Amino acid sequence: MIGASRWSRVALGVWAALMMAFLFIPIAIIVLYAFNPSNVQSWPLDGLSTKWFSSAWHNAEMRHAFWLSVRAGLLATAIALALGSMAAFAVHRFRFFGREAISFIFVLPLALPGIITGMALNSFITFAGVSFSLTTIVIGHATFCIVVVYNNVLARLRRTQTSLVEASMDLGADGWQTFRFVTLPVIATALVAGGLLAFALSFDEIVVTIFTAGAQNTLPIWIFGNIRLGQQLPQVNVVVLFVILVTLIPVALAQRLTRDTGLLRSRARPPGALPQGTGQLS
Amino acid sequence: MDRSHGIGPDGAAIVASPSASRTARIRASAVLFRRPWLRAVLLLSAPGAWFVAIYLAALVLLFVSALWSVDAFTGKLVHHWTFANFEQLFKVPAYRTIALRTIGIAAAVTLTDAVLALPFAFFAVRVAPKRLQSLLFIAVLIPLWSSYLVRVYVWRLILSKDGVLNWALEHIGLGALNIGYSNWAIWIVFSYIWLPFMILPIWSAFERLPDSYIEASADLGARGWQTFRTVVFPLVLPGIAAGSIFTFALTLGDFITPTLVGGAGSDFIGNVVFQNVGVANNVPFAAAFAVVPLVVMGIYLLGARRLGAFEAL
Repeated sequence: MIGASRWSRVALGVWAALMMAFLFIPIAIIVLYAFNPSNVQSWPLDGLSTKWFSSAWHNAEMRHAFWLSVRAGLLATAIALALGSMAAFAVHRFRFFGREAISFIFVLPLALPGIITGMALNSFITFAGVSFSLTTIVIGHATFCIVVVYNNVLARLRRTQTSLVEASMDLGADGWQTFRFVTLPVIATALVAGGLLAFALSFDEIVVTIFTAGAQNTLPIWIFGNIRLGQQLPQVNVVVLFVILVTLIPVALAQRLTRDTGLLRSRARPPGALPQGTGQLS
Repeated sequence: MDRSHGIGPDGAAIVASPSASRTARIRASAVLFRRPWLRAVLLLSAPGAWFVAIYLAALVLLFVSALWSVDAFTGKLVHHWTFANFEQLFKVPAYRTIALRTIGIAAAVTLTDAVLALPFAFFAVRVAPKRLQSLLFIAVLIPLWSSYLVRVYVWRLILSKDGVLNWALEHIGLGALNIGYSNWAIWIVFSYIWLPFMILPIWSAFERLPDSYIEASADLGARGWQTFRTVVFPLVLPGIAAGSIFTFALTLGDFITPTLVGGAGSDFIGNVVFQNVGVANNVPFAAAFAVVPLVVMGIYLLGARRLGAFEAL
């Protein structure tokens, strides 16, 4: 475009192509490894086969870990939807003392390294004498999932005029009717998108989970343990491909639902620490 | 006017007296509507209680416990105040090495990602046609949202002795490069994992850069490189600073990547913290060590703020 000669444009194009290769060759490799017929994880593969798919599917430990992850994800998402949207409403509608501080605290779980959140919850759980269970995993996950819903709903509310609510009240609707027929339709897609992102985040989370699961295995912990010990790798290869799909599909749907607010751009926090909404730091 | 006298859905005026419960609900709505602080308090009570009673309480307990100690015999927490944990951090050379390694690799990863991302974002925003630009944008988001653990695992496969990298290097006539399970591997993998976090803020910085500035610079006789150095770069610097917050902070707090792709001498602060919480059962020492990345990050944020990073997030 402007300010770049023809040669520098070509050079930049080549650079961009190299970056695409850097980003996507590993993803292509992980897809190929799922079809590795051998027990040994060396390259090149001796052909492609789906022989490990059924043994991965029938692996009892894996199934158990998978269902634990699904249950934790659904529960954490439900809590996050309720608490996250309440917080977003409060912070959006009202100016009150300590509002900035509160919005800062809500994004803290994504801004702080996951290890600090995890360790804090771990020592808190031990200190309180509670034993590790599904509940402790859900508590850990909900704490950072709330932020995702909060960010999504807040962004949508900021694009909505409060006069809609005032008009509804003027026309005689009570609070519940206004919420049901005016507010909810406006934020519905933001809620669905926030829920999908929260689930994807929870399903893939490992750092906080390691600290709050005790001896239980969620799917990422099962994968991590096997990789570290070099066990069941052919099955891990298959499961890992499946995990990529499970995390990407909700995100793709969420992206469609919030195209106008473009929320995915502000994701930050990783899987180790997805700092989504660290934009609130200022 | 009485609020219960409204217009019905069919457009006819409602004159019939509404049920008592409905009147009560409208009264309650009106009370809430007129008292915003009451609504704020009601709305904030549940999420506020969650964060204060669970999250903040846990964080406070953690940092208070950094000043406690563990009874060597019973393994129980002893609640008397001591700086012994912090003293140990400064006195034992191994911990200093680990802290410096963590900070050093985090800085190297940040620099690498900035160098990789800057020309890419420039191409995507300023050179690529619109269609290609939106494709590239999705292409950056896909790795960002793919499983973190999976992306670390695939690099373990790629960098291992009989992995893709060595195979490719031998095929083009270069010798095998055995960098699996080393600090080099950690550096490459972190740079890969966090690259999208650097690209996106720089991307937005380029989008905010007005074309007219570049035209003006060219009109005043600056050549391409000069324009880049004196006009473009200073204006996208806040974007780089914003991206560097992510790459630097995320690397500082990680222990999964060093565990999976690092070698014998590749422990990060996070690894020591993890071992002390789990195996060694010394939460006070783990908490004290976790203060180090927090302090480093605090200083880093102050610097990034001066470069305008917060406005560019």
